[in-house]
Amino acid sequence: MSKKQSAIADKSASTTDFSKAPINASLNREQKIDLYRTMVRVRRFEERSLRAYQAKKIGGFLHLYIGQEAVAIGCCSLMGKNDHVITAYRDHGHAIGVGMPMNPLMAEMYGKATGCSKGKGGSMHFFDPSRNYWGGHGIVGGQIPLGAGLAYGIKYKGLKGAAMAFMGDGAVNQGAVHEAYNLASLWNLPVIYVIENNGYSMGTSQQRSSAGSLAKRAEGYDMNWAECDGSNIYEVRETMNRLLTLAREQCKPSVVEIKTYRYRGHSVADPDNTYRSKTEIEEYRKTKDPISVFQKILYDEGVLTDALIESIDTEAKAEADAAADFAEQSPYPTVEDISKDVYWEEDHPEHKTSQGRIFFE
Amino acid sequence: MPLITYREAIRHALAEELSRDPNVVVMGEEVAQFNGAYKVTEGLLEKFGPNRIVDTPISEAGFIGMGIGASMLGVRPVIELMFWSFYSVAFDQILNNAANVRYMSGGLINCPIVIRGPANGGTNVGATHSHTPENICANHPGIKVVCPATAYDAKGLLKSAIRDNDPVMFMENTILYGDKWEVPEEEYLIPLGKADVKRVGKDLTIVAHGRAVISSLAAAQQLEREHDISVEVVDLRTIRPLDEETILESVRKTHRVLLVEENKPFCGVDAQIAYMIQEKAFDDLDAPIKRVSAIDAPAIYSPPMEAEQLPNPQRILKAAIELLR
Repeated sequence: MSKKQSAIADKSASTTDFSKAPINASLNREQKIDLYRTMVRVRRFEERSLRAYQAKKIGGFLHLYIGQEAVAIGCCSLMGKNDHVITAYRDHGHAIGVGMPMNPLMAEMYGKATGCSKGKGGSMHFFDPSRNYWGGHGIVGGQIPLGAGLAYGIKYKGLKGAAMAFMGDGAVNQGAVHEAYNLASLWNLPVIYVIENNGYSMGTSQQRSSAGSLAKRAEGYDMNWAECDGSNIYEVRETMNRLLTLAREQCKPSVVEIKTYRYRGHSVADPDNTYRSKTEIEEYRKTKDPISVFQKILYDEGVLTDALIESIDTEAKAEADAAADFAEQSPYPTVEDISKDVYWEEDHPEHKTSQGRIFFE
Repeated sequence: MPLITYREAIRHALAEELSRDPNVVVMGEEVAQFNGAYKVTEGLLEKFGPNRIVDTPISEAGFIGMGIGASMLGVRPVIELMFWSFYSVAFDQILNNAANVRYMSGGLINCPIVIRGPANGGTNVGATHSHTPENICANHPGIKVVCPATAYDAKGLLKSAIRDNDPVMFMENTILYGDKWEVPEEEYLIPLGKADVKRVGKDLTIVAHGRAVISSLAAAQQLEREHDISVEVVDLRTIRPLDEETILESVRKTHRVLLVEENKPFCGVDAQIAYMIQEKAFDDLDAPIKRVSAIDAPAIYSPPMEAEQLPNPQRILKAAIELLR
């Protein structure tokens, strides 16, 4: 562990500081329980989806967020009416974080017509514009210019809001990310680029992929930056609240690196014994698991009790099981459905102005 | 009817749509203060101000991606590519994000963006600056592609493209920018997906798009004059959606088809059209379909040779005579 990371780990050990930050101190008991419950729901949802994947109910890739929950849930819990979220393919936590129910998410992974994208997107491509959630994008870093565009849209329409554009630590070396950094700073776009640093871009450690420190690269673009520990949801909220306020009030963009960890492989189909040790995973799970960390904090605060912890967990498991049943029982899209949702105009024949043939053989 | 240039026609379309819809924003490299690398956007900054006419850094993936993101929130960006050739550095943004976002969201999102600029060879700028990617873009469901040949078409089609709720790739031509055509002063729209018979004839149908239409019209005149061959020229105007009916109607009349495009032949637009004609009008054909495309190599710099590489009137004329022999 580098010196810098040790320092951050030390800082996070004194969690009381962050619990006293106004954004956290102002939470009532129900809101705190809700933050905890949402993290548990993400965890149980993903564990259930893993079982479905192993049972070959889910195709393609399954990029699990397990270990990172405090990041998405902390960030999404701060969203106001004009705040927007976009992320990459490890997108289940953000989807639940913005309030998407489990049923359409699980059904999407099962490839069913009742999925949030009607079975057309899959695990990597969850969307819910009604909740200001713009995906769910498959190409590393490709969503980051779109995040700048959401901020541009907010600003162009004269709204007070911010876009949070999430990426992994592997995305920071993509050119499109740097182009988006420059535009945000040049034009004062209300965007926060959130690097969820789980230590590995697929199987390549940060040390082997990225020169220098990640968020600090913002300095080259004359942009504000911050770092924080992603295992403590209070710290995530305190840091993000500052950056969101800067964006909403002053149209100032930021880059933030949130240090976190994933327990599973890049995708669950990938072996993860080539680049890290079991001990490393266990160590994080024991000392920094975001759900355990917050559970302890809330227990000490007298918010959580053993009975409540148990019931939240039982309910989350039951909800995930019910989502799997819902997905299982849902119909697949039809062959006719393949050609729908391609063009807005074809889906709205009453407004059609174009002529000619749009689909070919 | 006033004569205006192709360049002015595009400018007028932009100005009219900027006036009509406050969500329309023009952005790109040098579009504002510099008045446009090809002066298409000249004067728009003065008229509409820097919030509507936006100079971008040289950063195509960044600003096109940004435009796509903004379009998801209801802004309607019209983005200028100084050369369409530069789309390759924004390929992921255009053909992954803009093309797919509606589909992958199960129809919850749409992307009303126009990307416009010149896509042509013939100006001796070498292979990197001479791409004609209409076939590549049209290969992506979710995308619409327009290639106007005249000022009249450019104006009416661009206005339709800006009002369209799907991503439209609008491909112009630097060689045509200065050409003058009759364009009415009153407002008009040309629907996407409607071809135009630019010349009526009975012996041979030429199907073309973009500047190849102009070259085909020149060849047609010469064929009429010197060889007594009556050529019908069908201008596609839009590649996707494609007006198959106008093509087929002409084929059923002339029974002979020559397909002309500036694209490279392999997997070009005309490969699709040739397939379509043989499928739907096989019995109407009196001769095999012939094609004239760019000679199949990267765009050569050497000025006299580049003129040969592209489908010029002489190459079209020669192919037409061979076809009719």
